[in-house]
Amino acid sequence: MFSLIMQYWSFIIGLQSPVTNLPSSISGHPSLNITETIQNWLIGTMSEGTANILAMVIVALIYLGIFSVAGLFLVLLERRVAAWFQLRIGPNRVGPLGLLQTMADALKLVSKELTGTVKADKFLYNLAPYFVIVTALMALAVLPFTQGFQAFDVNIGIFFLIAVSSIGVIGILLGGWSSNNKFALIGAMRSGVQTISYELSVGLSLLTMILLTGTLQLSEIIEVQKGGWLIVQGHIPAIIAFMIFMISGTAETNRAPFDMVEAESELGAGFHTEYSGMKFAYFFLAEFINMFIIAAIGATVFFGGWLSPFGITESIPWLGVFWFLGKTFVLIFLMMWFRWTFPRLRVDQLLTLEWKYLLPINLVNIVVMAIVVWLNLIISW
Amino acid sequence: MDTVAVNNNFKSEEYFINMGPQHPATHGVLRLLLTIDGEIIKKVEPDLGYIHRSIEKMSERDSYQQIVHLTDRMDYLSSHINNEAVCLTVENALELEIPERVKVIRTILGELTRIASHCLWWGVMGMDVGALTTYFYGFRDREMINDIFEETCGARLTMNYNIPGGLMFDIHPNFVKRTKDFIAHFKTKLPEYDTLLTGNVIFQKRMKGVGILTKEDAISFGASGPVGRGSGYSCDVRKHHPYSAYDRVTFKESLKTDGDSLSRYQVRIQEMWESIAIIEQLIDNIPEGEHKVTTKVVIKLPPGEYYQKVETARGELGVYVISTGTKNPYRVKFRSPGFSNLSLLNHIAVGGKIGDLVATMATLDLVIPDIDR
Repeated sequence: MFSLIMQYWSFIIGLQSPVTNLPSSISGHPSLNITETIQNWLIGTMSEGTANILAMVIVALIYLGIFSVAGLFLVLLERRVAAWFQLRIGPNRVGPLGLLQTMADALKLVSKELTGTVKADKFLYNLAPYFVIVTALMALAVLPFTQGFQAFDVNIGIFFLIAVSSIGVIGILLGGWSSNNKFALIGAMRSGVQTISYELSVGLSLLTMILLTGTLQLSEIIEVQKGGWLIVQGHIPAIIAFMIFMISGTAETNRAPFDMVEAESELGAGFHTEYSGMKFAYFFLAEFINMFIIAAIGATVFFGGWLSPFGITESIPWLGVFWFLGKTFVLIFLMMWFRWTFPRLRVDQLLTLEWKYLLPINLVNIVVMAIVVWLNLIISW
Repeated sequence: MDTVAVNNNFKSEEYFINMGPQHPATHGVLRLLLTIDGEIIKKVEPDLGYIHRSIEKMSERDSYQQIVHLTDRMDYLSSHINNEAVCLTVENALELEIPERVKVIRTILGELTRIASHCLWWGVMGMDVGALTTYFYGFRDREMINDIFEETCGARLTMNYNIPGGLMFDIHPNFVKRTKDFIAHFKTKLPEYDTLLTGNVIFQKRMKGVGILTKEDAISFGASGPVGRGSGYSCDVRKHHPYSAYDRVTFKESLKTDGDSLSRYQVRIQEMWESIAIIEQLIDNIPEGEHKVTTKVVIKLPPGEYYQKVETARGELGVYVISTGTKNPYRVKFRSPGFSNLSLLNHIAVGGKIGDLVATMATLDLVIPDIDR
């Protein structure tokens, strides 16, 4: 599995030119550009070709680390938040404050037998978890954790995120279809219908904000927000766009109240009914990373990413990571709040919500935003 | 393919899935054979018998005191009331005069049982429509009732507190205080149920107009309890054929006329309020006196047929006993509410989605051992 991820990572990072050219406005500040720093450090000790490859591997490993730590932490967080909502204590025995609980869970999952149905399409069945997890991992590449802490500052950042995040559905469809289980098949059918529909709303709500920023590059989107977070700059249409983004983002990650794909009370476990042990854990992990990604996009596009409200991070760029994570976790908490208080929608209601409400509102909202930009009604400080 | 499916007129687009016997939404070992076209339910066939324990047959072998101990294993969420049903049958047959104290305590315990059962139902109902948190809120309140039961009779689920002729032993000295504490607590928590679930727009959308059962159908399918009353069918045994102390308390029979899942839901929420009212009327003046009348060690009912019905949390439980004058009954038949409520599932679920089926089934509040006796 790791080798496959490595390949993808090398591919992504390989797209980048060896020396990254950051926008001049950002490079004016003390630079933290991790890929550049690692490359420069390696080039001093070995040939350029080796250094480039080694840099890719190191960056890939760093991101794998982020991926797994974030995944483990989010699982723990969800369990603690759930416990808090449900008047329980939650896991608090393994390690200090129960922090090692998910490590123990992961160990347990690794040691579990990988079962499956006899008549499953073995190749696709085994391939499905990789699709899901690689998608989640790829999207992490463009997230700006702080100024310069971004593996891949591509000029089509938002577009890349939307494109990559829509690949995940293939994994779910494959998993559900190849399991040779009717419950899994229903889950997969629902997934197809749901993820593809809500993809539109995510894209359009982000498009609304792109009208405001005039750029698709994530670092520049943050740069624009130095004059005020976009949710403030774009006032009413931005708030509408944010609400739509959160709703459709939750739906796109298949989380409650839109967890039609799993719907444990209806389908048992839906598309991953037949998956066990680590293969199941990949789906599970990917769901959490997707949640993180959606929240991170929300924080970046609407709430200024790593920017602090009062410009504190300008001189200490590393603090930006905490601002970024702080905003992201507020949004993650919001999504967890949805999950632990809302009942689940029915599949036709889910589609009604998207096609009859969110999509028309979104389209109108884009026009409103265009008018706002045209008349220069933007609020900034 | 299952043999049952072959006998159906099966269209090529339709397919067949087994919901259960192990499925989270069936709340026990109930198997539903679903014929589905995409997401739309075409047919629901319940397949029973996975936990059948021949309780009626065993009852023919046992003495009347022993039958009581079998009944709480049927509808284990209404065990006090189930026990009471058999005790009342025997007492009526023997024409025993039961002390007033016993009648009042039985009524209070019955209503506490109803609240506990509805709490669990509410939690599980929420879980079935995807709101997991309700489960824990329901259990929080149910736990207090279980503590009262535990203190009263040592058991939390299968009580065996009622015996023919009265109660096994007198109530615990703390009983009145703890019950009052619970009522005070529950009065503040019951509105929380509405804030968390009833008022939720998704929940309303999931429930309104789903699984509609008309009054005529409710009557013809033999629906009872909140399922019948959700369709506007006045069928509360406590009102129409009062037993124990129900003739001396005032309470409303909760009726809704829409007949959809939301009505059944609202009826149960309303019933919890009514149960509180009943307990409040009785708890302060439990009459003094004996907690049982002395009966013979071997009870023999006079030859004849006896029928007694009570209102359990799920509806009308009837106990039908044929006695030939020996120490054990010739035939015992339980008319369980769950069985007739399950029989109408196909009628109201067809045409809905899979999600609707789960929501509808949850509002029927099925307890499988009650169906599979």
